Amino acid sequence: MAAALLSLSVAAFPAIAQTPPTENIQIGLSTDNVSITAGFSGADLTIFGSLENADPLVARQGRYDVIVVLEGPARPVVVRRKDRVLGIWINLESETFENVPVSYSVATTRPLQDVTDPNSYKQLSLGASNLYMQPADAGDSPATIQEFTAALRERKSATGLYSENVGGVQFLSQNLFRATVRLAPNVPVGTHKARAFLFKSGLFLKESSAQLEIRKSGFEQSIFRVAHDYSFLYGVFAVSLAMLTGWLGRLVFRKD
Amino acid sequence: MGIYLPIAEISVNVFVLLAMGAAVGFLSGMFGVGGGFLITPLLIFYNIPPAIAVATGANQVIASSFSGALSHLKRGTLDFKLGGVLLAGGIVGSTAGIFVFGFLRRLGQLDLFISLLYVVLLGTVGGLMLVESVNALRATRSGAAPVLKKSGQHNWIHRLPLKMRFRASKLFVSVIPVLGLGAGIGFLSSIMGVGGGFIMVPALIYLLKVPTNVVIGTSLFQIIFTSAYTTLVHATTNQTVDVMLAFLLMAGGVAGAQYGAKAGQRLRGEQLRALLALLVLAVAIRLAIDLFVTPPNLYSLSAVDLN
Repeated sequence: MAAALLSLSVAAFPAIAQTPPTENIQIGLSTDNVSITAGFSGADLTIFGSLENADPLVARQGRYDVIVVLEGPARPVVVRRKDRVLGIWINLESETFENVPVSYSVATTRPLQDVTDPNSYKQLSLGASNLYMQPADAGDSPATIQEFTAALRERKSATGLYSENVGGVQFLSQNLFRATVRLAPNVPVGTHKARAFLFKSGLFLKESSAQLEIRKSGFEQSIFRVAHDYSFLYGVFAVSLAMLTGWLGRLVFRKD
Repeated sequence: MGIYLPIAEISVNVFVLLAMGAAVGFLSGMFGVGGGFLITPLLIFYNIPPAIAVATGANQVIASSFSGALSHLKRGTLDFKLGGVLLAGGIVGSTAGIFVFGFLRRLGQLDLFISLLYVVLLGTVGGLMLVESVNALRATRSGAAPVLKKSGQHNWIHRLPLKMRFRASKLFVSVIPVLGLGAGIGFLSSIMGVGGGFIMVPALIYLLKVPTNVVIGTSLFQIIFTSAYTTLVHATTNQTVDVMLAFLLMAGGVAGAQYGAKAGQRLRGEQLRALLALLVLAVAIRLAIDLFVTPPNLYSLSAVDLN
């Protein structure tokens, strides 16, 4: 769906790129899967990219801008609001959203508001504040939906899952750039999509994308997998371990 | 030293957990309780998600009660028949509890319900115990002989039908309150992650008039199985048992418990009970404060299955 929309918006713009040959953008990932281990406490992911047919004059004036987005898999999310009932804080109102990207990290050459105008961002649905969150129950009042959408974005930013790295894209030469996007410590596993958007003097030109698989590895991940795939055996193991520890503890530390 | 908990999905400090386990183990050895009612709130204070704290708490309780029951088995202070009937009730209660647990989790009210149950139960039990032990302390100070329960004393519970004889406990009593008590404890075990010793022990002594010397052994015996069952069901239905977390707590706990048991022998019964009551009340008050203080974030996110 998102891909279809993008190709539409790309098709709508070619008239803007006036000077032939047209500029193009390419990004490459050094690997198509990243394994994070148990002690993972967040990291920077570097993505390299190149501009093809860049106009040297425009490049020298710094009028090319690149925005790189690493978007995590989409999942449904419930946002709940606590309210005071008889003095106690209770989860009362809630709103469910379908297909919310679990993570969304942006890296840009310049502050977002300097690259292009809000309308273009909206058309490209680029930037955490322009992501469309589809409420599961469309019958709710627009004010409620807006409130919970804002809360959702705020919570995501507060936990580092939605982040913005202004100046995270740097031109290494006229044609080569490097983007640094942040991976939060709680980055979700799954297929992430890296996308790069090229702007020239505030006008959107081209987009390029690549896929990245983020996996957890190591001993702890094996435990997680067993707990989910063989949950009964895992339970039996947990119980036996507890009994064994209780028995051994008595043997070792007995004081009576 | 940091370690990543596979199920809770957060990094924690190994030594904090070992120390937490040892401290609670020490207290549980001293007072003859499983310590689940302390472990679960402590884990919640340490930012472990309540659902995981509860299921892992139940897992940890197995280790301490197994270790405790072994010493009672050796001393012969364990009534298997009474424990078995309590257990039958416990399985039913625990199953109901797991169902309620899953339901509340989907509603988003699980954390609130856990906290409320803790505040109400710990507050009541702690308060009653404090009053009783302070009275006992006063009585000993004024030189009055402690009032012993007469074995002939009966209450309404002893008039119920379906009587059964429990030889080791020198008891002839209806199975209805025994099953009911077991079910209640099982329910609490699955929702609160506790063994339920802090309710079971006074209930067996005061309601069923079970002799004090077999109470702790029998209670521990039934707690092993109720919490084992709870752990199994939580593991299969909610996948909330964190074996790594449980192991660290147990390792600290079993060591602490043996030292605690020795320390407990130096204190008198009513002093022990007064101290335990204060501890229970402190946990209840701490949890109650959290319910009333404005939370830093009014909004919270959680994942859902839409199907």
